[in-house]
Amino acid sequence: MKWHEKMLNIDRRWIYLILGVAVIVPAVVSFHVPVNVTPEVRRVYDFIEDLKPGDIFYVGIDYDPASLAELHPMAYAILDQCFRKDIKPVVATLSQFGAGMAEQVLSEVAAEYGKESGIDYCYLGYKPYPAITIMLMGVDFRVPFPQDYYGTPIDSIPMMRYVHNFDDLKGVISLSAGTSSEFWIIYGYGRYFMPLALGVTGVMAADYYPYLQSGQIFGLISGIKGAAEYEALTEYKGEGLKSIPYQTTTHVVILAFIIVSNIGYFASRRSKK
Amino acid sequence: MTTVELLWNGLAAFLTLCIFSFLYKDNPFYKFAEQLVAGVALGYWTMLLYHTTFTDKVLIPIFQQGKLHYILPTIMGIMMWTRFSKKLAYLSRIAIAFYIGVGTGVALPLYMYNYVFRQLQATVVPLQFSWLGLNSLLMVSFVTCTLFYFFFSKEHKGTFGGLSKVGIYTLMAGFGASFGLTVMGRVALLVQRIIFLREYFIALFGS
Repeated sequence: MKWHEKMLNIDRRWIYLILGVAVIVPAVVSFHVPVNVTPEVRRVYDFIEDLKPGDIFYVGIDYDPASLAELHPMAYAILDQCFRKDIKPVVATLSQFGAGMAEQVLSEVAAEYGKESGIDYCYLGYKPYPAITIMLMGVDFRVPFPQDYYGTPIDSIPMMRYVHNFDDLKGVISLSAGTSSEFWIIYGYGRYFMPLALGVTGVMAADYYPYLQSGQIFGLISGIKGAAEYEALTEYKGEGLKSIPYQTTTHVVILAFIIVSNIGYFASRRSKK
Repeated sequence: MTTVELLWNGLAAFLTLCIFSFLYKDNPFYKFAEQLVAGVALGYWTMLLYHTTFTDKVLIPIFQQGKLHYILPTIMGIMMWTRFSKKLAYLSRIAIAFYIGVGTGVALPLYMYNYVFRQLQATVVPLQFSWLGLNSLLMVSFVTCTLFYFFFSKEHKGTFGGLSKVGIYTLMAGFGASFGLTVMGRVALLVQRIIFLREYFIALFGS
């Protein structure tokens, strides 16, 4: 077997091993990687920063544990910013496995600021069928969510007394790992025209930039890099910034593999000629 | 970390390592973890749907609040289940037809507005002599070249072939961006687990 054939036939387990080592390096040797903030992330930060104390903002935790790594840091940083500014978040989830996770992040951040459920924030819980739920929230939150996650009727929640639909909110951000972000654009923005921002996984990010450019969403936080940018802006010490050195070493290794495989590919093509 | 947290996190660490073991080859530890996830998810979702849909939309409105008009959608829901009977399967078509009809009626104008009109509007913008204008011009040119690539009624030769080649490069740039972001996403999942394992072992054995 020639050298270039060997390069193209490396056992995948060697690749996993080298990647594993690359991920472990920052766990042993800590180093700092600067994070540049992109305009689309800054717009989300500025939007929330410009809200007044007491304003109501919707935060959708529309992801499940499989996407926790990328979206949970965004949720922590955004809720931290809301509570720091005395903004009242209405939180709900359109992901079937998101209910417990959303409750965890919300109660954890709320406890740090001594915020009370029903007065400083409202957690509505989960409802299935995202498109229908979004459209019904545009009519009245009481239709899809007659009571909150803890079983309290919405009308008995002081914060929600005068909140009926998207007109009573200052804006919406959906942290999503699936089709719910599309539903938010189509059935939320497309029908009710409320200010909408999205936080999406890295895999989805490229698909959502056209909506940013068309003005259908005012901001976009993409993947763990976006989460790190948001943490840098809010000065929240979370998992986003922590994971950037790991991302850097891993990306260097992946780039090296891409270069090696391309050298192997072009060399084998030349030898065939 | 309390003893209870240490035990739960220990279980999570064990299951994480079970899943990672698949990277070497398929094995019973991986299969156990995989089936556990599927089983727990199914059980959790079934109960969640019961409490968030059946209780909220059927039991409470009909039996506690006396809203009898909720019976109609409930009957239509039951009609969906008639697919399991050869004799009554035709009934399910009524419910499905209603569902699709309403869905299409609501979705079609919204999809056209959001996916077609707004995107067209954002692509074809007035020309300006600025960086933004140059950006818009490049975007229109690349979108047009990509559309040329998908036009198969004319042979891709000469000027047309050149333009369609630019279209391929545009597509490749898009796929490249997508690939890069996908790598970042997948690595994020791995990194989160590594950070979790690191913190667990530090809590267990000390730094």
